[in-house]
Amino acid sequence: MLKLDDISKKFGKITVLNKITTDFEKGRITSIVGPNGSGKTTIIKTILGLVKPDSGQILINNQQINGSHQYRQNIGYMPQLSNFPENLKVYEVINMVSDLRGLKPQIDEKLLNSIKLNAELNKGIKTLSGGNKQKLSAYLALVFNPSFIILDEPTAGLDPVVSCSFKKRILKERESGKTIILTSHIMSEIEELSDNIIFLLEGRIVYSGSLEFLLASSGEDSLEVAVANMMDRSEE
Amino acid sequence: MKLISKLIKFELQNSIRSKWIIVYSLIFFVLTFLLFSFETDSAKASLTLTNLILIVIPLVSIIFGVMFVYNSIEYVQLVLCQPIDRKSLFIGLYLGNTFPLIFGFVLSIILGTLFSGILLSSLKPILITLLIGIFLTLIFTAISFWIGFRIIDKAKGLGTAIILWFSFAVLYDGILLLIIYSFREYPIENFALAACLINPIDLARVFFILDFNIAALMGYTGAVFNKFFGSSLGIIVSFSMLVVWFIIPFLFGMRRFLKKDF
Amino acid sequence: MKNNFHHILTKTVTFLVFIGLSEFNFGSTIIIDAKEKIKSISEGIFLAKSYDTLIIKRGIYKEGNIKIDKPLTIKGIDNPILDGDSQFEILTISSEEVHISGLTFHNAGVNYLKENAAVRFENVNSGSVAHSTFINNFFGIYLAKANNIKVINNFIRANGSKEASSGNGIHMWNCRDIEVSNNYIQGHRDGIYLEFVKQAKINNNHGENNLRYGLHFMFSDSCTYISNNFISNSAGVAVMYSHNVVMTQNRFADNWGAAAYGLLLKDITNSQITKNQFIRNTSGIYIEGCNRSRFENNLFEKNGWAIKLMANSFDNLFTSNSFIASSFDVATNSRQNFNTFSKNFWSMYEGYDLDKDGFGDVPYRPVKLFSLMIEQNKPTLVLLNSLFIKLLNIAESVFPVLTPETLLDAFPLMRET
Repeated sequence: MLKLDDISKKFGKITVLNKITTDFEKGRITSIVGPNGSGKTTIIKTILGLVKPDSGQILINNQQINGSHQYRQNIGYMPQLSNFPENLKVYEVINMVSDLRGLKPQIDEKLLNSIKLNAELNKGIKTLSGGNKQKLSAYLALVFNPSFIILDEPTAGLDPVVSCSFKKRILKERESGKTIILTSHIMSEIEELSDNIIFLLEGRIVYSGSLEFLLASSGEDSLEVAVANMMDRSEE
Repeated sequence: MKLISKLIKFELQNSIRSKWIIVYSLIFFVLTFLLFSFETDSAKASLTLTNLILIVIPLVSIIFGVMFVYNSIEYVQLVLCQPIDRKSLFIGLYLGNTFPLIFGFVLSIILGTLFSGILLSSLKPILITLLIGIFLTLIFTAISFWIGFRIIDKAKGLGTAIILWFSFAVLYDGILLLIIYSFREYPIENFALAACLINPIDLARVFFILDFNIAALMGYTGAVFNKFFGSSLGIIVSFSMLVVWFIIPFLFGMRRFLKKDF
Repeated sequence: MKNNFHHILTKTVTFLVFIGLSEFNFGSTIIIDAKEKIKSISEGIFLAKSYDTLIIKRGIYKEGNIKIDKPLTIKGIDNPILDGDSQFEILTISSEEVHISGLTFHNAGVNYLKENAAVRFENVNSGSVAHSTFINNFFGIYLAKANNIKVINNFIRANGSKEASSGNGIHMWNCRDIEVSNNYIQGHRDGIYLEFVKQAKINNNHGENNLRYGLHFMFSDSCTYISNNFISNSAGVAVMYSHNVVMTQNRFADNWGAAAYGLLLKDITNSQITKNQFIRNTSGIYIEGCNRSRFENNLFEKNGWAIKLMANSFDNLFTSNSFIASSFDVATNSRQNFNTFSKNFWSMYEGYDLDKDGFGDVPYRPVKLFSLMIEQNKPTLVLLNSLFIKLLNIAESVFPVLTPETLLDAFPLMRET
């Protein structure tokens, strides 16, 4: 289980995360939703250690992990925008990341096929389209079989076919007991995938709980409307 | 350590394919070769080469380094999502960037002097030239990393790098000259000497003139000067200062990198 | 067979030499040996007749001051040592035709009034000292009012540490037609010193690590200095108040210090300074009050200042010299210039030769703005070789405002001579 305990972060004078305390459960998909600039990506980056929180703790199985790096062995991360060293080829990037994780370089053909990346393997990163870079990113997030999978707007650049097979893959990962964290702007996608919802507004958690409960308590049957209502309410 | 060497390996793969480093090395090679083949006097060639190095290496290192930092942000993010500690990554990035520069520079000087048949006959000045070049690369890359990880805006960072280079290379000496002239009634030699040790380019220059212009330096009677230039004190002090000039920006850059949000 | 022949030959030669010594050489031979009948040199001299030969065998002879007042040839065999016991002058020669060779002189004593030397020739018109060794003497060889003396192949060394308590290696005062050649002089005040000497020939000597000058002369006209080496003397070489001096093929090197000069010329006229090498000196040549002299075919390499030319010098010509990799080529103390620089090679010249006549098309200005700055304000020296200074120099050489406008080489050579 991944737990955030009283995490706060300021960028300059702006408070980006304000006393965030929440859990991410094993075998569940937790989606972080909220308007632009509400701190979604910052939470993810805090978990990854890319952003250093001003205060608070991050715990994995009740072990504090801020400042350490070994725990990332168990995390697969797909960023919003993927960029890789320009002069390398796709397979070289895969080999490099394997190598950094202390693994023998090898290619998971099945995964590669499922996201249709196999044709790009020998291409240089420079010549890769944005979508193909996303695919590579997705591949890298999943291939090492991590216990925690963090996906920041995963389907944004993917074509519908790959997007669909990728979602299937994520659901399969959930079945095998992974902890999955997701952000997305596409509410239908969140409804389709999520077990739990964390709703962020200006760095504060407005709602944290199951999707069903959120829908039930708001009396709406679409998440989009429920979320919009919640935003209106908090503005008042 | 194993990790650092892995990171360096990736950097090297990356930079060997970058045409920049090849152009940089080639320019040094051609320059060295031409200078030492067509200049009848190797002492003058070595002076010209060192003067060039004092200008070009800081400029190239600082710009190259800043650009490298900005171009590596994605790479850094990618690596930092892996189980890698930041300190290793920083050292890996730094060495991965300086190694090709130093390697390209050293190789082209050695080949250039070898082909013009001058390498063995004037080994000492060439070694000093190499040492100066290596230190300037280390120092100005360290400074550029500090700038790069400190200033987020690319244009601002690059501007800062160029201004800093210009200040060290030209402006500083102009101001120093002005000060020496304004206070010429006072005993100012300690100050003048200390001021030279504070600027890394001047420092490298002093290190060079300690060997090359020693005859002229001995023409000045100031006690401090004579002690500094006339004994091994000068070499020891300026060498140590070069090391300090490498360590301080490197540590500042690293501290910045460890705290930085990506 | 061959051995036998060799034996006979040796015997014959020995016999002939014996005949030669006794028959044709006017005098007889007296052998001085601590183990034989005549034990002391003084006794030998007392017994000798004019033109006798004294052979001094191996041993240490401490006899205070020995006076030689008749023509004698004195030869040492197996390095006999004459020791002045740090008190006395050792040999004082007041007779013509005294020839000394193969002796070793130790410890002529310091005496400021008498200026004790290991060997002194005084008021004589012939004589020589050759193949001798001088260790730790106040003065080495002292010639006073002596003419036609030869000083050849001597090794002269002192361990003086203070200029004041140390005398000169070879000292000449009021002499004429002296030949000083192939001597090695180290650690004295001045290596070779000449005052009021005429027509001396100073050739192939080597002066090193002397406390003041390697060579020092004043009021000595028409002397020639050829193929000497003066290395690492604390003030280099000083030449003053003389006319018609010829200095050629000498080497002046490694004289470092604010008052050290490869060659210091003061009030020298009508002289020739040619084919010399000036290497790694703080100042190659310092020229003050010199007129009508020629500086030709000299090599200046890696000096702090190749030439310091004071403005009270007139009508000197500098031509066919090579100026290589000095920190400064020429420094001067005035915007006036009355000397000519022409057809020299300057390694710092950055011009071009479009018409391919071997001379640069743009004149070279050897006096740099920065060298003026240093004269006015010494600490600026720390900015040597700085980019900023280089820019200033370039600006000044395009529009000379502070440097002497006429001090230029209009025909700078493109290649080293």
